[in-house]
Amino acid sequence: MTTPTRELRRSTKSPIRWQRVVLYAVLVAFAIFYLMPVYVLVATGLKSFAEANLQRMWDLPKGLHFDSYVKAWFGSEAEGFRGLNVNFMNSVYLTVPATILSAMWGSINGYILSKWKFRGSDVLFPLLLFGMFIPYQSILIPLVQTLQKINIFGVKFYGSIPGLILAHVIYGIPITTLIFRNYYAGIPTELVEAARIDGANIFGIYRHVLFPLSVPGFVVVMIWQFTSIWNDFLFAATVTSNPATQPITVGLNNLAGSYIVEWNVQMAGALMTALPTLLVYIFLGRYFVRGLMAGSLKG
Amino acid sequence: MRRLNWERVVSILLISPAAVAIAIFVYGFIGWTAYSSLTKWDKLLPDFTLVGLSNYRKLFANQRFQIDLRNTVVFTVIFLISCLIIGFVLALLLDQRIRGEGIFRSIYLFPMSISFIVTGVVWRWLLNPGSAELGSTGVNALFDMVGLGFLKTGWYTDPNIGIKAVAIAATWQMSGYTMAMYLAGLRAIPEELREAARVDGASEVQIVRHIILPLLQPITLSAVIVLGHISLKIYDLIVAMTGPGIGFATDVPAYYMWDTTFRGNHFARGAAVAIILLIMVAVLIVPYLVWSTRTEAEI
Repeated sequence: MTTPTRELRRSTKSPIRWQRVVLYAVLVAFAIFYLMPVYVLVATGLKSFAEANLQRMWDLPKGLHFDSYVKAWFGSEAEGFRGLNVNFMNSVYLTVPATILSAMWGSINGYILSKWKFRGSDVLFPLLLFGMFIPYQSILIPLVQTLQKINIFGVKFYGSIPGLILAHVIYGIPITTLIFRNYYAGIPTELVEAARIDGANIFGIYRHVLFPLSVPGFVVVMIWQFTSIWNDFLFAATVTSNPATQPITVGLNNLAGSYIVEWNVQMAGALMTALPTLLVYIFLGRYFVRGLMAGSLKG
Repeated sequence: MRRLNWERVVSILLISPAAVAIAIFVYGFIGWTAYSSLTKWDKLLPDFTLVGLSNYRKLFANQRFQIDLRNTVVFTVIFLISCLIIGFVLALLLDQRIRGEGIFRSIYLFPMSISFIVTGVVWRWLLNPGSAELGSTGVNALFDMVGLGFLKTGWYTDPNIGIKAVAIAATWQMSGYTMAMYLAGLRAIPEELREAARVDGASEVQIVRHIILPLLQPITLSAVIVLGHISLKIYDLIVAMTGPGIGFATDVPAYYMWDTTFRGNHFARGAAVAIILLIMVAVLIVPYLVWSTRTEAEI
């Protein structure tokens, strides 16, 4: 009696186990595909100049050499190219204020559009959202012309970080408003009503009810904005033509487009450019995915 | 009642900066670009003499623009299909109670967090075919190492492949997005539904075809629209990876617009390309936007 059942169990179990092996093998194969460029990035950046041979791209580095990183960061006066250190800092000066400003603005917009709906707000909202899908090529010419004319207290907006901040904050309105609106829509209206009965007005409700509950919303929005502003190339390349004010994506593209820069230095530069957003992803990935989902309009 | 009116006014005052900013920087600027596309503006100094639709007529007769449109179609088809298939397969596999699911998910999704410029720089070297004298490099060298040498091609340097090579890099970057969307969708399908089908004697393949795929249709639609508009707008990746290529083999409208406007100073022509690009995106996005904000209002 025991033998047939054991036989039966084995025969149903073994194909399943084989399936599991194949399953994991496929998953690992895909993981290798996604990690392959990372391997080349990291391994090449660590090679010495003598080792960094295109034909031996896949070989492991023989030791740890940081020459490529030093050269990508500081540049080389002898060979006549600039390092990415200035561009990296430009990106920091651009991304930090632009992220904070657009998160705060988005929070206010989301509050009004979720808890203070008015006649026409259902029309206004999709009109705002359209702004995040447009190809920015369709506004670039007027943007450049306008920024060239803005000059507040001697601060030029064309070719400068303030100009880029302005562009990112304004074109960030749709996505930040969308995320906050959906986030606040999930906060029960009873809470708002209760605060109302306690005598809170439109500002009080925001300050004492919505804002204290907003931390996850702010995290999602700020990660989203940080990533897209840091990674932006189109605005940066169009608005800043002076290498001293260019963000890192433009700096990297110049470095990589130059024939005098060795490819291992380019790889080191690419890793530097990727690192800040990659670290945010590694440590706060959960919130990153939430922003991603919001981008497809499904809060 | 009086207080309510006071707060109504404040609520509209609070949303109006965003509404005005979008009205000017999105709709006003689009109008400005559309107007520019109807003028003679062909050098740095603006010339707003109207010439009707002649810029558009010339554009459609322009060989480079024809190639660009064809490239966009080829790129979009390959990019969309591979993202959808890879994303769906990975999501299905990850939904089988996988040990270390979180790690796999993070690996598949991390390319989304880095800039297209970084992706372009890395993949330019990965898909660099090398030369007959010096030997293979990049992926070709990898093929040699594992005995798949017959798969070697010229990648983006081969005019017959051109833009398809760029689509590989774009798929590497964006397929994690469809994986995340599908996985979220799969998790929302109740297990009882699959269980019931199994009891009725349905095979796993039948369950996928007749139950899972139809239920995931809304997600497929969202993914097609989000990825489709990204693919129409693709610009940074082309800049960093290949440029317009030999015989414009990797050129796209978004690249042509920037090139002809800001390098060639053909502002009116650039504006016309931008407007065509905008129309293509709008055809895709506007119905989706109306549909998703309307279904939301019904709930």
